[in-house]
Amino acid sequence: MKIIWTLVKRELGAYFASPVAYVFLVIFLLLAGFFTFTAGAFFERGEASLASFFAWHPWLYLVLVPAVGMRVWAEERRSGTIELLLTLPVAPWQAIVGKFLASWIFLAVALLLTFPAVITVNILGDPDNGMIAAGYVGSLLLAGTYLAITCMTSAMTRNQVVAFILSVVICLFLILAGFNPVTDLLVRWASPAVVDTVAAFSVVTHFDAFQRGVIDSRDLVFFLSVIGFALFATGVVIRGHRAG
Amino acid sequence: MIKIDHLVKAFGPKRAVDDISFSVERGEVLGFLGPNGAGKSTTMRIVTGFMPPTSGSASVGGFDVVDSPLEAKRLIGYLPENAASYPDMTVRAFLDFIAELRGLAGAARKKAVNRVVELCFLESVLGQAIDTLSKGYKHRTCLAQALIHDPQVLIMDEPTDGLDPNQKHEVRNLIRELGASKAIIFSTHILEEVDAACTRAIIIDRGRIVANGTPEELRGMSESAGAVTLQARGATEERLSQLGRVEKLNGAFRIYPRDKSRAAQLAQEVVEMVNQHGWTVEGMYSERGELDEVFRRITLPDTVQR
Repeated sequence: MKIIWTLVKRELGAYFASPVAYVFLVIFLLLAGFFTFTAGAFFERGEASLASFFAWHPWLYLVLVPAVGMRVWAEERRSGTIELLLTLPVAPWQAIVGKFLASWIFLAVALLLTFPAVITVNILGDPDNGMIAAGYVGSLLLAGTYLAITCMTSAMTRNQVVAFILSVVICLFLILAGFNPVTDLLVRWASPAVVDTVAAFSVVTHFDAFQRGVIDSRDLVFFLSVIGFALFATGVVIRGHRAG
Repeated sequence: MIKIDHLVKAFGPKRAVDDISFSVERGEVLGFLGPNGAGKSTTMRIVTGFMPPTSGSASVGGFDVVDSPLEAKRLIGYLPENAASYPDMTVRAFLDFIAELRGLAGAARKKAVNRVVELCFLESVLGQAIDTLSKGYKHRTCLAQALIHDPQVLIMDEPTDGLDPNQKHEVRNLIRELGASKAIIFSTHILEEVDAACTRAIIIDRGRIVANGTPEELRGMSESAGAVTLQARGATEERLSQLGRVEKLNGAFRIYPRDKSRAAQLAQEVVEMVNQHGWTVEGMYSERGELDEVFRRITLPDTVQR
């Protein structure tokens, strides 16, 4: 545990040592604001909720989370520090979890900085704050899911751009599998059971429940198991390219 | 301390390490020589637990590097080939980070960091980010990292690569001092380092050990070992060839012993012949043998088709 914490501290330090972290935070907050208030028609809805805020998160994270996670292993491999890290008395799973947690904490900080949106709806009306809290939990899990996938693609290559593109493609698939325009198309030639099965793999389907204020154990299990699977796959990939 | 037994590492059809066995005890400094691509780095990466072997085994302090990797890694200090370290960290933060991962905390960590900072002359750059350092300082930072927990086993991949002559000298002295109480393996392709720092040297070529011995023994394998070079007025090839095969050099003669075991007597015989004929000696040397001659003879350059 102590080792993981040491790794988390270093990784977080690496984020904030470079201006990239601050640029990311600013872009994230600007885009979140733009989607919520302009594209999401926050004011025109006439209701005190953050529905227009959360609805965009699967798309917003699609680009921003891979941007945060792409360097995690790719940079380590490119610069050769992976040899240093994995010859220290650190188990590979500790390194994988430590790096994942650090990036997740960074994304959590970015998400927490959207608190003015919560204050805004509370001033303008009387929102269901439980629903908002559930939305935040779901959003954080969503970010973690994308991040775990990005960790996996990052371990596959020493090129950050390749890691970025791969993870965007995989995450896009996870969105589209349950995205209404796509499922509507699928229904025309596939049985509803097939469509439901495909949609069950989508982050959108599971994220929807959180937005409605429902924290269902099945959705929790979905997100946590995708995270667990992706991190396990990261371990397999890292062991694989050392085995030669 | 380090025991390597029939180690094999294959990358696809190519065997980078092909059935290597040796061991290193405490108090030994083992120089690991070989042309580029001979399998030096791969062997070290297996011993440090970075790569699993294809077959065979490696153990450090009795711990197998595959079965109990963490116990083995705790005993090892490792300087990787390119001396990679995290460029965004300051030297102090980097050393603190490594010390923490090595399980050092509080006063012990402070003491350990101060010790290696002094040992590697890093005081002046402690607060500087690693990517702003010169190559020599970067290298020494990574060396400091390898020494921070005062390891019983030290493995260094080309520890003097990219250093200036003064720094090379310092690092060699450091290796020799540390070697008194530790088991050390270091790789190099600078042959003079073998003389300067090693108690024993192994030459590997295309994944196999081709020579293993003290620097003296290796030098003894050289063709010129034991030969006597004589520069004397009046000396003739004809007379000298009674003692052994004679090679004419620039104004001098080199006499090779007929039999390596009689090398010690050869110098005596040459002196006797000089006295007998009254030649005026201008110079006379007994050849110890050239390491690079041995190296060239028993390894193939990597430009040769394998």
